[in-house]
Amino acid sequence: SIRIIKKYTCLNMNYLLLIMIHIGVGLHAVGGVWPMPQISASSPEQYPLNPEAFYFEYGRQSEAQPGCSVLDAAFKRYFSLIFPDYFPGDNLSVCAGQASLKAETVWGALRGLETFSQLVYQDDFGSFFVNKTDIEDFPRFQFRGILLDTSRHYLPVQAILKTLDAMAYSKFNVFHWHIVDDPSFPYQSQTFPDLSAKGAFHPMTHIYTQTDVQRVISYARLRGIRVLPEFDSPGHTQSWGKGQSDLLTPCYKGGTPSGAFGPVNPTLPSTYQFIARLFKEVSSVFPDSYIHLGGDEVNFFCWKSNPDVRAFMQKMGFGTDFTKLEAFYMESIVNITSTLNKTAIVWQDVFDYHERIPEDTVLHIWKGVPYDYTKELSRITKAGKRVVLAAPWYINHIAYGQDWRKSYTVQPLNFSGTEEQKKLVIGGEVCMWGEYVDATNLTPRLWPRASAAAERLWSDEKQTSSVEKAFPRLQDFRCKLLRRGIQAEPLYVGHCRHEYQGI
Amino acid sequence: CMRNQVELVAQSSRYGSLWPLPQKVQLSDVSFKLTTSSFRIVDAKESSAGPSCKHLTFLNFSCHCVIFSTSTFVLWATSFEGNECDAFRDQPTHELTVNQPFAVLKAPKVWGALHGLETFSQLVYKDEFGTKNINQTTISDFPRFAHRGILLDSSRHFLPIKVILANLETMAMNKFNVFHWHIVDDQSFPYLSRTFPQLSQKGAYHPYTHVYTPADVKMVIEFARLRGIRVVPEYDTPGHTQSWGKGQADLLTPCYAGSKPSGAFGPVNPILNTTYDFMTQFFKEISTVFPDAYIHLGGDEVDFTCWKSNPDIQKFMEQQGFGQDYSKLESFYIQKLLNIVSTTNKGYMIWQEVFDNGVKLKPDTVIHVWKGNAQQYKNEMANVTSSGYQTLLSTPWYLNRISYGQDWQGFYKADPQDFKGTEEQKKLVIGGEACLWGEYVDATNLTPRLWPRASAVAERLWSAKDVTDISDAFNRLSAHRCRMVERDIPAEPLFSSYCPHEYKGV
Repeated sequence: SIRIIKKYTCLNMNYLLLIMIHIGVGLHAVGGVWPMPQISASSPEQYPLNPEAFYFEYGRQSEAQPGCSVLDAAFKRYFSLIFPDYFPGDNLSVCAGQASLKAETVWGALRGLETFSQLVYQDDFGSFFVNKTDIEDFPRFQFRGILLDTSRHYLPVQAILKTLDAMAYSKFNVFHWHIVDDPSFPYQSQTFPDLSAKGAFHPMTHIYTQTDVQRVISYARLRGIRVLPEFDSPGHTQSWGKGQSDLLTPCYKGGTPSGAFGPVNPTLPSTYQFIARLFKEVSSVFPDSYIHLGGDEVNFFCWKSNPDVRAFMQKMGFGTDFTKLEAFYMESIVNITSTLNKTAIVWQDVFDYHERIPEDTVLHIWKGVPYDYTKELSRITKAGKRVVLAAPWYINHIAYGQDWRKSYTVQPLNFSGTEEQKKLVIGGEVCMWGEYVDATNLTPRLWPRASAAAERLWSDEKQTSSVEKAFPRLQDFRCKLLRRGIQAEPLYVGHCRHEYQGI
Repeated sequence: CMRNQVELVAQSSRYGSLWPLPQKVQLSDVSFKLTTSSFRIVDAKESSAGPSCKHLTFLNFSCHCVIFSTSTFVLWATSFEGNECDAFRDQPTHELTVNQPFAVLKAPKVWGALHGLETFSQLVYKDEFGTKNINQTTISDFPRFAHRGILLDSSRHFLPIKVILANLETMAMNKFNVFHWHIVDDQSFPYLSRTFPQLSQKGAYHPYTHVYTPADVKMVIEFARLRGIRVVPEYDTPGHTQSWGKGQADLLTPCYAGSKPSGAFGPVNPILNTTYDFMTQFFKEISTVFPDAYIHLGGDEVDFTCWKSNPDIQKFMEQQGFGQDYSKLESFYIQKLLNIVSTTNKGYMIWQEVFDNGVKLKPDTVIHVWKGNAQQYKNEMANVTSSGYQTLLSTPWYLNRISYGQDWQGFYKADPQDFKGTEEQKKLVIGGEACLWGEYVDATNLTPRLWPRASAVAERLWSAKDVTDISDAFNRLSAHRCRMVERDIPAEPLFSSYCPHEYKGV
């Protein structure tokens, strides 16, 4: 919780202390913060802030102290966000006061700093102010993610880091990195360097080295964002076959190989040896306790055409039911993941094909209109599995007009199920698939539309059900994003004080 | 996690990366190497364009970053008369021959030379060692249509000068030659008028940070001119004028609720003499600020509700014998406006409604078709041309209407002469414009939204009618898009792919 109290003590002590005190309940929502805090109250009582004298400090009772890398970096970062264009030497003399922020974890403190930074505003003379405010905040859902696709188009590391900055401003906390797919394999593996050497768009300029990956992970961590890597298989793997021969299934035309390849070949032991070694590396490179294994859109055509695959099907007693072959593959790799002490997240296809997966596997719902995905939510949670909802938030699907409203009015828990079932919805994810997206248009396409979903995932649904009320707040937030160097596109006609000055 | 689409992978086209495709082009396999040290662009002895021709001197500087050569590039511009170099009459035919040791560009007018230089720059490519090469080529080129325009809207959102200039640069790369500047509208009036400074003082989003000063406007016009681009301003009336009323009291019609003014205002008030005095002075200024031969006067989407509510207007309607037909009142206004503008010696362009409502127009009026579905706009084109007016098509090219997927293909397929009419009628189609209305667009997303989708329109307006091969277009446009990115223009991708040099901004 954040408590900002102002004691007008015009003493010689010109500093703003950040101390840890818990308080209570508020009445009116605070307009200037996005996403909307759960409980908040502000008053018109206005306190000036002096950038000369402002600083963050750890409370005496706080377990976090200088040396806590996340908060040390955050204090520095948020100072610049709160006082943009500030040059030391400006002379303002202002009364002292204090604000206090209490959080149980360092990640909560980060969210609180973000909220505080959004409460500060400038008047027409450029002076900084914050109003007397009480906020108690927590997210409605634990998993609030953004998916970026770096296979359909390579995204320079800068573009990813910029996205992480913007994610922090909307309190997103999971970066789902869909790092490889059919068109290209930019991940430079230490165990299998040929994967990117042969599978990337260009083996030198369009890859993510281990250093790049670590950079992304640590940049994210300092912003309280987890990095969830996805190595999608057995479909979506065309680029894997370039550097790993025998991995993909050779397709047959008549009795001979056609030269084309299909999904990963699930019949060869070498496949599973490869996956095990690759995943071992991925598990150590990416510290998150979850790995996304994909498992979506497997096309059976190539498997059907291959005589060795058909023979394997017979041997295993699968008959002609290729969903059983897919299940066999997915179960094997989920087990590999478990032995590496990671939990798997998979697309809903894996559940839909009745695969036997460990209890703690998380299902990622992506298909269909509300009619479809609400049914899927019921089905999966009834089976006792946790879900992440992405289907309503495929914002790579652009359309003319204010489509942010559609993202905003999604009701993630509006499906038939018990209270226990609803608890299994751990959160949601905004997906920005890359077929038509790269660094030239990523940021305006992602922001502020993703922020609409951010509020749906963080805030109380009853308090945030009105699109009319949200519109001016989101317009305002968008102008804040511009001020912070995020090239967020407009919602509708209008202007910001500080427009984007690039092209 | 998408529906598995058949992926178009860009391959090489036998026309390289030329965009738009020239009328006649012969590329051979013989290639020549180019180096920075000895490349020169010179004027042929017979050329009447010399170092004093600002356009070409300027282009030398802008070209240095895109082409290098061992051969000497000889510019052979013939038939320049007197000050032809500066005068703006578009006749951009040109012939380009690339050989060793010379490449020769022949163009009757400087505008052709500009286009030829752009084409030349598109012929240069890097081999696998990084050396710049160019193949032996013969090109003979001219545009199918004379008016190839882009509309930008700086009223719904203010557009900083930088982004306007960047887009003029990109227009030149695509051989567009008209910048239709929809400069003011309901939401804001950023144009700083010398005669009526209150218009922007009160009507702009901010009177200092969100305006175009006379210096700004001059800069845009000159920047465009040096790239062979005309600037046609649009001052749209009598509708779309809310922002005008902020700084010009009594200009707009007061709306009534019952017998009392409601406080709201409607279109320009057509019954007051002060209105026409204002328009006379205002358009006198516009005609001196903007050197183009044409002004766009708008005339679209006039909502009659406010006029109907106003008792003075009702009385006027009676006096004039218009009955209840308010389109007659609209025509009355437009007619007087057109007469005012005629006295400034400018031609005018107007949206199709003005024609549809039967207003009397000068023979050289250009009518801008923007409404309806495919069948409707084709009928309109037929109607307008059969009445003998020149026409511009925009309907299929509203680029502000975004949708998921490769919508450039739809823009590419639309043809402005695709309607039932005689050869004479078809000749009256002078071209078209891709429109990027600003409700959802500002500098944050303008450039990727406009490019390369507008490039599809560029080729439709320049190249021959039978240039319709979509897969060849995909290959060339993919390469052309990467070239724009290399020139620091954030043109968005067509589909899953990569450019050797990705966009460096964020």
